[in-house]
Amino acid sequence: MNVRSSLVITLASVGLLVSALPARADARGDAKAQVAFGIDVAQRGLWREAIYRWEKAVEIDPGYAAAFNDLAVAYEHEGELQKARKAYDKALELDPNNTEIRQNYELFKEINDRTNQGKAKS
Amino acid sequence: MTGRIKGKRNLSVALAALTALVAAITLACGPDSLEIPIETPITPKLDVSPFQRVLVAGFVAGGSEDVDANQETVRLLRSQLRTKSQLKVIDADVMPLLDIVQEQAKTAIAPVEEPVIVRENVPTPGGQGSNGGSASGGNPAAGGGAPMALPKVIKEEKDLEPYERLFANTAYWKKIGEEYQNPLIVTGTVLFVPHTTSGFVQRDQEVMDNFGRRSVRPVRTYMERKGFILRPKFVFIDGRTGATMYSESYREEVLYSSQQDTPALSSYFELMDRLIPNFLSALSNQKVKGTRVLLK
Repeated sequence: MNVRSSLVITLASVGLLVSALPARADARGDAKAQVAFGIDVAQRGLWREAIYRWEKAVEIDPGYAAAFNDLAVAYEHEGELQKARKAYDKALELDPNNTEIRQNYELFKEINDRTNQGKAKS
Repeated sequence: MTGRIKGKRNLSVALAALTALVAAITLACGPDSLEIPIETPITPKLDVSPFQRVLVAGFVAGGSEDVDANQETVRLLRSQLRTKSQLKVIDADVMPLLDIVQEQAKTAIAPVEEPVIVRENVPTPGGQGSNGGSASGGNPAAGGGAPMALPKVIKEEKDLEPYERLFANTAYWKKIGEEYQNPLIVTGTVLFVPHTTSGFVQRDQEVMDNFGRRSVRPVRTYMERKGFILRPKFVFIDGRTGATMYSESYREEVLYSSQQDTPALSSYFELMDRLIPNFLSALSNQKVKGTRVLLK
């Protein structure tokens, strides 16, 4: 078997593998595009637009933990702490072993607990 | 011979194409995470809209003799409130609450007939008993319940307890409020005490292996350490009614190695620095700065 035929076989295998992926991959791809766009605008300080994109991402793919994490961060930045908690909870439910989500959540909890502590007392 | 050379060239082209493809995919995807700075807005715990002015009255303070915790706390809180809240800070003499309570207690136990006041204990949001609107003639020592011995010097937390009744004395604080045109009153207790401890401490130590490579390993060592504990309790009182609106207690400590000689005052400021954002978040909108990780 010459090199050219090996290459053809390899590429054909990759093509088959890609086409065999479930239809969910399309949803994940669309959601990923929304997430990437959201990250881009968040870096430029456009957090409301980022929220819109990440909300769309979780709507398209409700099993996408990273999108829920990003949404939670954006809610936190906007002071919507209850929504942030829900989004973090969902992200951790989907990906409980993700250390970055857990780290975000711990930092969020510190602020949220402090705020709730005050509200409970007043 | 020519065929072998052609085959090798094909292989090189194929490998180069594959490498380029992998590189293109990697570049398109980028890193999977990105650290981003955020600012979380915190709404104030108290509704201070009825007040235009704030009086940081004074604190029942004790502990280390090297720091006048009453003076320093009042000064620090006033300067923070001036720059970080909408309220106008009243410049008044710092109230020596410890002396005031002791003085009033002496008057209370003098052989002058005092009216007996029956009080109903109602728990306040701050967790203390309150004398809901009962008159006590503006006597801070008559804060409520049976009289307790007042320690002249505050050395530990239990010494502060008899003084706590002062904050439940609505009549006294109402009188102070009237004097300053009904401001929000900030008072409380501050205990700043030296602290020593010994035990195992984990710290990172740089080690070198047989090949001269450096690495950091956690090492547990027995150490004697000294430092300070700061236990403030901030009490927010409505100057119009004299009632406690809200109170919160904190505990912070700092420890240094026993060889290090850190002045008490700088430790006091180091510990207060940690608490100030919490204190301010009771009165005004604050933004907590931090970083979070965004994921792809």
